[in-house]
Amino acid sequence: MAWNRDQQAARAAQELQDGFYVNLGIGMPTLVANFIAPGVDVTLQSENGMLGMGPFPYEDEIDADLINAGKQTITQLDRSSYFSSAESFAMIRGGHVDLSILGAMEVAENGDLANWMIPGKMVKGMGGAMDLVAGVKRIIVLMEHNSKSGEAKFKTACTLPLTGKGVVDMVISDLAVLARPAKGEAFRLVELAPGVTLDELRVRTEGAFLA
Amino acid sequence: MPSKLYPDAAAALAGVTFDGMTIMSGGFGLCGIPEKLIAALKASGVTGITAISNNAGVDGFGLGLLLETRQIARMISSYVGENKEFERQYLAGELQLEFNPQGTLAERIRAGGAGIPGFYTKTGVGTLVAEGKEHKDFGGETYIMETGLVADLAIVKAWKADPYGNLVYRKTARNFNPMMATAGKVTIAEVEELVGPGELDPDHIHTPGIFVQRLIVGTDYEKRIEQRTVRQREQI
Repeated sequence: MAWNRDQQAARAAQELQDGFYVNLGIGMPTLVANFIAPGVDVTLQSENGMLGMGPFPYEDEIDADLINAGKQTITQLDRSSYFSSAESFAMIRGGHVDLSILGAMEVAENGDLANWMIPGKMVKGMGGAMDLVAGVKRIIVLMEHNSKSGEAKFKTACTLPLTGKGVVDMVISDLAVLARPAKGEAFRLVELAPGVTLDELRVRTEGAFLA
Repeated sequence: MPSKLYPDAAAALAGVTFDGMTIMSGGFGLCGIPEKLIAALKASGVTGITAISNNAGVDGFGLGLLLETRQIARMISSYVGENKEFERQYLAGELQLEFNPQGTLAERIRAGGAGIPGFYTKTGVGTLVAEGKEHKDFGGETYIMETGLVADLAIVKAWKADPYGNLVYRKTARNFNPMMATAGKVTIAEVEELVGPGELDPDHIHTPGIFVQRLIVGTDYEKRIEQRTVRQREQI
């Protein structure tokens, strides 16, 4: 019995530490905000120019001038600040953001990440993903362990164009948590989802990891 | 000081547009876009535009208006996913597209406006973005060189202005507007409200007036929302 999306997000939320500044990617990573433990106070950064992102607004609070990087309406908090895109990416590229949680199409055993482009299909662009993986201190990927066609997404080497080289620190899939103590080291198995065996994980994984 | 204030967007554009020009347009998605100036650019008929903008609008709004009329020949953007007409023109080879990582795009504009012709960044190293660019090591890490960007015209949207062109933005509608204001040979700002001299606190001005040559006050801002997300109040 693998983890569902909420359970994956909840597992990722355990990686948040009190006082962290965190950037959450679009999609499943956004769910992580719902599972932050009481007593853990994190500040969410939105790369379109906001620190201290609040929850979705009530219907009568909607403000077209207040959106997140997914273009969703949001709210501000007591701690919030607004700034330009250049200052936002100074935070990101300058190494001031503690953690970013992103989605992925492929992660390689050396930490390479591909999450922005499938050749031959319409390319929407990398947005801020390349900046985040190049500049944020720690990168966690939240993804399904296998693609819809059943292919392993943790691979020997990425086949898709890269977002960044050697940038991923931890992968949380529906089957397992794989992590490495430092960039340049090998990934190792940290945790299996309930009911998932090591043999099953090996069968469904292409890239090497230490168990 | 000669007045920076123009009666409307069309008047503000007079004499500054020409075919083949480069235009920076502020905004993130549809948030903080210069609605009035984009509409006036459409009406002006200027064509062959290279548009530098984080996004490409949506069908029928924002820069999507200038795509429909084929006034844009080339775009420099970081993310363009919300626009079917854009996709059609791009796949048909009618529109050139250069993707920049969002932070690189922001910094290229900031650098251009500050007279900095190039800079080094880690963003994009080892990816398609790095191809053909100078690589240089600093302290054992590899960086690539990116160039500054300037434009013939920058169009930006702010919340308030005073007659001197000092600008204040509102919430996340600030985004790319402040850097673009610095990087236009001519910068035109459109605002929701013009206040009198001295009414903006000098400590709270986001864009100093030196960067703004022309100014218009817009009315009836549409401010379209792309993703209307809400929460429900608890029932008591």
